[in-house]
Amino acid sequence: MNNMLKLVTTAAILVASSALTPAFAANTAITVGMVLEPPNLDPTSGAAAAIREVTYANIFQGLTRFDANGAIIPDLAKSWDISADGLTYTFHLATGVKFHDGSPFSADDVKFSLDRARAPDSTNAQKGLFADIASVDVVDPATVKVTLKKPNGSFLFNMAWGDAVILSPKSIATEATKPVGTGPFKFVNWVKGDHVELGKFDGYWGTPAKLDKVTFKFISDPSAAFAAMMAGDVDAFPLFPAAETLEQFKADPRFTVIAGNTEGETLLAMNNGKKPFDNIKVREAVAHAINRKEIIDGAMFGYGTPIGTHFAPHNPDYVDLTAQSNYDPEKSKALLKEAGYPDGFTVSLKLPPPPYARRGGEIIASQLAKVGIKTEITNVEWAQWLEQVFKGKDYDLTIVSHTEPMDIDIYGRDNYYFNYKSDVFKKIMADLSGTTDPAKRSELLKAAQKRIADDYVNAFLFELPRLGVANAKIMGLWKNQPTPSNDMSEVYWKD
Amino acid sequence: MNVGSLPEANRGLVSAAFQSKSFALGFALTALFILAALVSFVWTPYDATALAVSEKLRAPSAVHWFGTDHFGRDIFSMIMVGARTSIAVAFVAVGIGIAAGVPLGLWAAAKQGSLVDEVIMRANDLVFAFPALLIAILITAVFGPSAINAIIAIGIFNIPVFARLARGAALTLWTREYIFAARVAGKGAVRISAEHILPNIMNLLIVQGTIQFSLGILADAALSYVGLGAQPPTPSWGRMLSDAQTMISLAPHMALFPGAAIVLTVLGLNLMGDGLRDIFDPKLRRSRS
Amino acid sequence: MAGGGFRLRPCRSLGTHMAPYLLKRLISLVLSLLAASVVIFLVLQIVPGDPASYMLGMNAQPETVEALRQQMGLNEPVVWRYLTWVAGLAHGDFGVSYTYKVPTGELIAQRLWVSLPLALYALILSTAIALPIGIISAAKRNSAADYGIMGVTQLGIAVPNFWFAMLLVLLFSITLRWFSAGGFPGWNAGFFVALKALTLPAIALALPQASILARVMRSALLDTLSEDYIRTARAKGLTRGQTLVRHAVRNAMIPVLTIIGLQFSFLLAGAIIIENVFYLPGLGRLVFQGITQRDLIVVQSVVMLLVFAVILITFLVDIAYALVDPRLRSRA
Repeated sequence: MNNMLKLVTTAAILVASSALTPAFAANTAITVGMVLEPPNLDPTSGAAAAIREVTYANIFQGLTRFDANGAIIPDLAKSWDISADGLTYTFHLATGVKFHDGSPFSADDVKFSLDRARAPDSTNAQKGLFADIASVDVVDPATVKVTLKKPNGSFLFNMAWGDAVILSPKSIATEATKPVGTGPFKFVNWVKGDHVELGKFDGYWGTPAKLDKVTFKFISDPSAAFAAMMAGDVDAFPLFPAAETLEQFKADPRFTVIAGNTEGETLLAMNNGKKPFDNIKVREAVAHAINRKEIIDGAMFGYGTPIGTHFAPHNPDYVDLTAQSNYDPEKSKALLKEAGYPDGFTVSLKLPPPPYARRGGEIIASQLAKVGIKTEITNVEWAQWLEQVFKGKDYDLTIVSHTEPMDIDIYGRDNYYFNYKSDVFKKIMADLSGTTDPAKRSELLKAAQKRIADDYVNAFLFELPRLGVANAKIMGLWKNQPTPSNDMSEVYWKD
Repeated sequence: MNVGSLPEANRGLVSAAFQSKSFALGFALTALFILAALVSFVWTPYDATALAVSEKLRAPSAVHWFGTDHFGRDIFSMIMVGARTSIAVAFVAVGIGIAAGVPLGLWAAAKQGSLVDEVIMRANDLVFAFPALLIAILITAVFGPSAINAIIAIGIFNIPVFARLARGAALTLWTREYIFAARVAGKGAVRISAEHILPNIMNLLIVQGTIQFSLGILADAALSYVGLGAQPPTPSWGRMLSDAQTMISLAPHMALFPGAAIVLTVLGLNLMGDGLRDIFDPKLRRSRS
Repeated sequence: MAGGGFRLRPCRSLGTHMAPYLLKRLISLVLSLLAASVVIFLVLQIVPGDPASYMLGMNAQPETVEALRQQMGLNEPVVWRYLTWVAGLAHGDFGVSYTYKVPTGELIAQRLWVSLPLALYALILSTAIALPIGIISAAKRNSAADYGIMGVTQLGIAVPNFWFAMLLVLLFSITLRWFSAGGFPGWNAGFFVALKALTLPAIALALPQASILARVMRSALLDTLSEDYIRTARAKGLTRGQTLVRHAVRNAMIPVLTIIGLQFSFLLAGAIIIENVFYLPGLGRLVFQGITQRDLIVVQSVVMLLVFAVILITFLVDIAYALVDPRLRSRA
């Protein structure tokens, strides 16, 4: 057995390290690996990140958009004017824009799309983005005026989301299966369960794409993803599911490993409305029982930035509060004793499917056990998690990454699954939404971060990394993930 | 079928059993894993659930005989404790199959040709017709994943196996003269089934039980491989394999040892079942499928 | 489930006339299908998790979820939904998938182009391996070859097919790179390209099936070899090998074909784990995805279809038995 093992490993290493010439690939086609297949391709009626990973900036465009670093830049709106009271946005649209079906794009399409998203029967997963819109008016074919109910400092940011893209009323019925947008790529074909193919759109209004063909291939199994990369079946895997194999890719000159960041704050969420976590001392004890480094090493193979609050570390307004909840099992035990649990207690820990949760959960369970908190792990699917944890709030502990950008406001929501109630925090949020002065906003955001860290609402673990692998000759892929996207408009093959 | 043989005839079986090489090998393998499971209650080389991230993915060595997994847990210890889980799940599942299936089968045989018989047998066909793994997945989608639900899922699919076996064997017995005599003497169908038929189909049930036990181990492995069996941190062979899958090029030992444990246990049980069959009835050997 | 997907069906007694028997079996076929549809539908009603909430995610507002439920027809009464579903099924309409938003029938048809060829491929492989070695084993009973073959098949039955698949990937995809690790390029990519993609999965599926089949072949042959007419043939001076080929193999085909039939329906439904290991877009993975995404209409339709296939195959096998072999009618 041992000899065979050695043989197999040696063979594997030999093959992996020999720099074989990669299979010849046409220089204008690329195959991109994705873990999940999108359920459909309409980003305005479904929350799945996979929809955006195929369509955002490739097929569909909005008034504004995120660039590779998360800045908001013009898209279909070339420029805009904001009235002094912050209530009226006048968007000047790009001209000569055509949908993939050949029909021209105009202000009417913008009005149609925004009105549809905020209609009573809208099925937009982020309907809240449009909540402050009072009316949308067409001034002329190239100008749209949006009036808000109250000033909203993040309106342009909201309009950059994948859920706010502009659609054509003509193709709305078939958007889910044959999407028609204004982007540099048009939809070609979808073999369900295997791949979606996009082709360059020749009538594109902006800088044409460098690639002729983009194939998104769906590979949910991590080991299959590894093998597909190694075999050259897939050219790039921007969200690579097997962090444990990245070292092998790093050692192989055929590949580059792209380690960036996402907007995903990964939490050990605690049910603040339920015993024993309604006691702040218990929550603080949990926070001190957690060894972030061990979790990042064990569950994420060393990738991921520790966080001490619910905020992205790469954001300029981030405050590093990790020291406040440092790993200190003795302190944790003392706090439990103070809270009236000298012998600890037993709670449930519900884990959704991603590896960060499943693996992280096993590590956290063993860390909590060391201070006397016993956990019963249940692995749940997303559908169950949404039903039981998120909607039903029937949980003690759970691990989940909140991947929406700038979502600290969830701590101010009534009936959110954390069951956290703080008027102080709500006040901060209310002030924030009415403030447009950048310095004051920064101030408020920092206060909000401190507030939830002081209240030990959750145990804040780490910022989810974006770990990608690509053929070393591919240029122009995004490093970070300000929003779910595989923007292919500037991707090309070197040589 | 030699189902008429009286229980007393079983006495010389133990010595006969070990003359069969396949039985002896099967018995040894099965005993090995049952022993590992029992010993794991009092001793394992390491705590099977203790994480040591700095020790992760170590290859097999004198320190860790089967190496360590991605959390630095000792794989040898995990396999010992995992044997406990697998054996318990499969054993109870087969128990459910026997407890529910045998009475149903006997009932159907006693009322051969009646509506009861027809309904029981059609219901059996129906259960067989369902894709077992998919139904198991649905069951856990409803009740959540756990060892208990794995047992229920596997148990349900064991019921028709035993019902059918019991019915088939009982039908031949019902035509025997001594059964006829008992009926004439005024014994009811329930008493006849319990006193005359059940003891005489015991051999068959033991053989089938052994085979189903091995299928149960495989089914438990499949279920926990897709994440529906015992939940972490309780080690289970199937989950060890699914953990190993992404690391297979990095740490093949993580996949090899739990897989080998499953193969050897199932092999042991199958050999034992075959051996028992030969011993109980040499003629049956040929119709082994 | 891995390794254990078939059972020998005991044959039921037949009336003297074929027509009433057929009618009876047909009625019970329809009743079975109805019972199956009720069971499947009911189980899916109590699965926790709402397809609309799943699709809309964590930020969705309650009224948005409600609007989507309305759109999906989830707010209709249960009985009504059941009846529309069954009525649809009766004339081949499987409903519209919640998540993919295309007719379920279309999805199933696409997936069948992977699942059917895969099942067929595995079946051909397993039969091609199993029959010859079963015959050799029976012909040379108690020889070293027989023991060797029986030993290997014992092992084959004991190996979980997903583990075997992992080992195949490790050896042939990652180490030797002869095959890609999975995926299915589609039949448009060329017949042999597609066939190559199905090769490793088919081998993984075929191993336990071949082991079972070889053992069935061997014991069926040994059974026929002891029958009277074989003894007569031997007495007439035919050698053991000649008798085997001329008489025994043909007669042993009845149980063997039954097993092959049942294995086919098992392979169709049971490939789910293998489809996941090799990320093949087959029926099994469609249901698996359907369950996680709570695309219940797809789940219930596919499961129903699989159940229908098994019940139908069983039915046909029974009828064929009754027609072909009158001896079986008298056997309980």
